Amino acid sequence: MTAETLAQVVVSGLLTGMIYALIAAGLSLIFGLMDVVNFAHGEFLMTAMYATFVLYITLSIDPLFLLPMVAVFLFAIGVVVYRVLIVRALSVKVNSGMVQIFATFGLGIFLRGIAQFVFSPDFKSLRGTMLSDKTVSVLGVFMPLPQLAASLVCVVAFIGLWLLTTKTHFGRALEATREDSEAVALIGVDRHFIFAMGWGIGAATVGVAGVMLSTFYYISPGVGVTFALIAYVVVALGGFGSLPGALVAGLAIGLVEALTTLLIPPSLKQVGVFGLYLLVLFVRPRGLFGNL
Amino acid sequence: MPASLPAGLDLGERRRRRQALSGLVVLAILLVLPLGIGDVYVRNILILTLMYTALSQAWNILGGYCGQISLGHALYFGIGAYVSTLLFTKFGVPPMLGMVAAGFVAALIALVVSWPCFRLSGHYYAIATIVIAEIVYLLFLNWDWVGGALGINVPFRGESWVSFQFRTAKLPYYYAFLGLAAVLWLASYWIENSKWGFYWRAVKDNPIAAQSLGVRLFRSKMVAAAASAFFTGIGGSFYAQFVAYIDPDSMMNAQLSILICLPAVLGGIGTLWGPAVGAAVLIPLTEVTRSYIGGSGSGTDLILYGVLIMAVATLKPEGLTGLFRIDGRIKPAAAPATGPSGSTHAA
Repeated sequence: MTAETLAQVVVSGLLTGMIYALIAAGLSLIFGLMDVVNFAHGEFLMTAMYATFVLYITLSIDPLFLLPMVAVFLFAIGVVVYRVLIVRALSVKVNSGMVQIFATFGLGIFLRGIAQFVFSPDFKSLRGTMLSDKTVSVLGVFMPLPQLAASLVCVVAFIGLWLLTTKTHFGRALEATREDSEAVALIGVDRHFIFAMGWGIGAATVGVAGVMLSTFYYISPGVGVTFALIAYVVVALGGFGSLPGALVAGLAIGLVEALTTLLIPPSLKQVGVFGLYLLVLFVRPRGLFGNL
Repeated sequence: MPASLPAGLDLGERRRRRQALSGLVVLAILLVLPLGIGDVYVRNILILTLMYTALSQAWNILGGYCGQISLGHALYFGIGAYVSTLLFTKFGVPPMLGMVAAGFVAALIALVVSWPCFRLSGHYYAIATIVIAEIVYLLFLNWDWVGGALGINVPFRGESWVSFQFRTAKLPYYYAFLGLAAVLWLASYWIENSKWGFYWRAVKDNPIAAQSLGVRLFRSKMVAAAASAFFTGIGGSFYAQFVAYIDPDSMMNAQLSILICLPAVLGGIGTLWGPAVGAAVLIPLTEVTRSYIGGSGSGTDLILYGVLIMAVATLKPEGLTGLFRIDGRIKPAAAPATGPSGSTHAA
């Protein structure tokens, strides 16, 4: 193996890792905010990809310009899901642990079923976009343009999320609600509003990831499952609720996945990632950066 | 149980007698039911319903009574299917013996898997079970000795109970799955009033209180995991003989893990009749939807599952057995209000 191959593998691993990080960011945000794991997170991603597909086919607008539209659409889905499903799941008194898992789990299956019903199980892909089939070469390392663009969008999205959660009034309300949702109610913060916003922002984030992913990855009803599993891995590694943690862990996972393909057949590449996840989970059940 | 609460005990005794009676009545009906139904399609639905009843009852031991939500039980099902099939095709061991081995191997793997996993709780445990099942699925998909993605055809060696193969009549499979479901029903019935049953429900409802009263959390969970996997593995080897072809996609995929816990979730988690009621509603509904609204590719079955799970989880978290007022006769698992959990549960 030459240094060039290694550089190539490292770069493509990091590019993939950026997408993993952004997908995981939304999951981490929601989990950190209210200690609920969204088992339908992969299906949010899948929904965003199909939304991009439909809008691209019907309006012929390039996916890059569809970003705001799909993000708003996913934001709305997130808010509705919180208001309709999650509120009810949280208020249940019997079997509360199982209800929280199965409510979002059921939602995921439902969304997958809808996608299969409307679009059939066949794989779809976006052809002829601005970014399609273009490659950039830097110092002899090739980077496919869609992946490179996705990484840049992810960086921007992460900066935006970081500013939103640390520099704004809303971010402080979010942080306060996370710390003690009962107490903030006493000082006039509507925690249901904050929670709904959290779900909206979490879904919008994965929406952005979905748009960028659809420029270079096939779309199918089951596409979310694989990415959701990786997102859990990233969140668990990075620590639940930690944005910088999600970023670092996402990049690490992308890198590990790319490097394992050098050692074992590509069809087994996820075994390495999942194995790493289990290892970390058993050593540090709250993740590398988790302080919860 | 100690006679500290004689009134409760009396109620419990009457409830258990009614449960035993209802079990006998249902068994009697199920024993004669297929004799009146010659239709292959309907018989097939009956067989699948009994299979999912059994599998979900097995899942219910760990997920329901002990409260450890496993979303990776397809792993034990698949292991069971592969162990008996490999023993049969590679070593000539008759499946009747092989299925016992299948149960023990599945239980052993459950112990190995659970050793680290039981350090995790709630969501973390559930996600770990998915990930582990996915790892094994990927390994089997790429492991040539076990047939890889192509799978294994189970060769036909003549109709007999020893090789557990029947080509012309599917009726023996019906009775085999009925037997398995009945054994698991009996096991659940026994569990509900046994030391382990009380341990498990205490672990589920309030692990800290249970521990302070001397329940060994880790050991209790391990026993539940092993028992649950043992029966799931046997179910897997039954199914392998029934369909005579196994591959990772049909024996180990994530969808199957959902199907295994779904009947219990719908019928009532941690209840005696929950898995049976859930399977009796879900499986015929699924099969009929598939045949009349379109193949399984159309996604209608997924939409149906999704809506059912969401509805039951949020509107009827104690399960359909509560909805049908069966709970008048058969109380959910919380019924023995003698444990330390009784007070918290009544809230």
